[in-house]
Amino acid sequence: MIEIDSLTKTYGDMHAVDNVTMTVETGTITVIVGTSGSGKTTLLRMINRLEEPTSGEVRINGEPTHATKPHLLRRRIGYAIQGHGLFPHHTVARNIAAVPRLLGWDRQKIRARVDELLTLFSLDPEAYRDRYPADLSGGQQQRVGVARALASRPDLLLMDEPFGALDPIIRARAQDDLRRIQRQLGSTIMLVTHDMEEAMRLGDRVAVMDAGRLVQHATPAEIIAQPATDFVAEMVGDVERPLRLLSLIPLSELIEDGTAPGAAMPAEASLRDALAACLWTGRSAVPVTVDGVPAGRVTFAAIRARAELHA
Amino acid sequence: MIATGRTVSGAWRGLSPPGVFFALLGLVALLVPFMTLAANRIVAGEGVPAWSVAPPAATLPGLAAIIAGLCLGILSGRQYLRLSGAFLGLGGMLWLLMRGAPALLEGAGEYARVSPAIGFWCLLVVLMLLMADALAQMSPGPAARAALLGAVLGALALILWSGVLAPLSIMQEFGSRRAQFADAVLRHLALAFGSLLTAAAIGFPLGFLCHRRPRLRGAVLPVLSLLQTIPSLAMFGLMIPILGWLGDSVPGARAIGIAGIGFAPAFLALVLYSLLPVVGNTVAGLASTPAAALDAARGMGMTPTERLLRVELPLGLPVILTGLRIVLVQNIGLAVIAGLIGGGGFGTFVFQGLNQTATDLILLGALPTVALALTSAIVMDILVDLARPTRKVSA
Repeated sequence: MIEIDSLTKTYGDMHAVDNVTMTVETGTITVIVGTSGSGKTTLLRMINRLEEPTSGEVRINGEPTHATKPHLLRRRIGYAIQGHGLFPHHTVARNIAAVPRLLGWDRQKIRARVDELLTLFSLDPEAYRDRYPADLSGGQQQRVGVARALASRPDLLLMDEPFGALDPIIRARAQDDLRRIQRQLGSTIMLVTHDMEEAMRLGDRVAVMDAGRLVQHATPAEIIAQPATDFVAEMVGDVERPLRLLSLIPLSELIEDGTAPGAAMPAEASLRDALAACLWTGRSAVPVTVDGVPAGRVTFAAIRARAELHA
Repeated sequence: MIATGRTVSGAWRGLSPPGVFFALLGLVALLVPFMTLAANRIVAGEGVPAWSVAPPAATLPGLAAIIAGLCLGILSGRQYLRLSGAFLGLGGMLWLLMRGAPALLEGAGEYARVSPAIGFWCLLVVLMLLMADALAQMSPGPAARAALLGAVLGALALILWSGVLAPLSIMQEFGSRRAQFADAVLRHLALAFGSLLTAAAIGFPLGFLCHRRPRLRGAVLPVLSLLQTIPSLAMFGLMIPILGWLGDSVPGARAIGIAGIGFAPAFLALVLYSLLPVVGNTVAGLASTPAAALDAARGMGMTPTERLLRVELPLGLPVILTGLRIVLVQNIGLAVIAGLIGGGGFGTFVFQGLNQTATDLILLGALPTVALALTSAIVMDILVDLARPTRKVSA
């Protein structure tokens, strides 16, 4: 559990981060979202003490971060940034091994861990271990950057716009990968982004920052249904709110008996996908399958009724 | 590598434009005097064209080799042939010198001197350009370049040691100054390499401090730039009163060689000239680390020392070594001027030669300086290449 307690950072008269208090549960993804200058990156960087707070403190599993020397603290916290920050003069394997080397792991253990991570991120160890970052595509570099941040099995992974430099298709794939790996490893992740879509897609909880303050910290569905301020509503996008909400709800929630014409959709697909299919093909319902087996249908009317509930 | 010749249409296809240019220059150079014959070492000599330095039977193989070498240089795409063309041409020139010198001296009097003339030097430049062009296209790896450099230096040493060029005037100047020459070599190396090491010992820490403290950088670099703008003669001149005063007023200073003229002021001037390239390139090298990599290094828990040793220094090494290369080549050249204030080195011969209007004595100082500077530049380039962080094994 990460407890952020009355954390404040001022530069002269300017409050970059203003009295932020929030708690992050172990094994969840918390996305901090805000416009540029909202203090979201400063907040993140105060957690591993790349910035020292002006006042307030951070506790990781009950232990205050200021009780540990900064460089020792950072070795326990993974850190991945936009533009990956890989060392251009080190191979992929050596980049991933950076923190384990700092921690003095033995060779065998490091090698095994590097191969394990490369496999986890769908990069064949034989083919990629000895390449240099410049030989990789943007998406591969980003994956190696995240693998490096996870190498020493950190208590917490901090990510600062990790997908900012990727094109939309690669970014969506990277987000899915991150979600899958986080579920698999049970990691605790705090991720900063300016992209509300990304926040909705990845976050178990979303923290919205505005002018240094934490204006709302809630689940994606709550943020959409009950935005705390006009700013949050604007971030969500008024027009897109119903669609964003539907994108968070799987078909399994509205499944009913009956049949429908046309191509079937899996139960994990979102209501937004089903709505799009109905509109595009002029159907009033779509057939749904669970694990490939026909299990009923979801109707256009049910989707509409669900959207009107808001929450 | 795309040969530039490919873009030229029709009959020019398959020809290397620089090669054609070199061949034309080379042929013109063959028409001007290749060697000179003078009555003694002071007076101006009389030029002799390449084909009449010796009887036709003796000159023909040399001329043929030079022309064939130039022609090989015209071909594009076959860089090995162009390179061997350059060596063939150089061989032809050596042949002409070997055959021409004794033939010209025969019956020319006891004090007569023969020297290579304008045609020889032009051909030498043309053939070396051809060699450089061919090598640039082949882009050999560090090991291949080191081997080639070794082979060329070995061949040069063998030619000089064998005595086949002994009749040449410059070798006669050398013959009467063997001990002085050996002394000059040591002095020159001590000046150039000693000042380099001293400048590195001061410049690396200073560069590192400037890197970490921008305010110090703002103060130090302009001062060093100012030093660099002082003309070299003035710098050596300035050292005379300063070190002369030190030598006179500080007890014991004179005993360790500090005086207005001699080795100490020359050495100090070279060190001062070296500081800007060393400090400047150290700062630039350390700053060349991508900001994201540095942020990641901090974020993963590297201490400042670990960041320097594992990230900044390895990434900056090529730039830092480039600074040393600049300093070394610059100091080998500048050390010649040290001869003027009694610093020793090859400059001694240059200034003696200037005083006596003995061109070959000047060359005895100048040619080894050029050879030393070229060799150092090539060796340093190889080191810079080896230091490149993501060097491919096959490159």
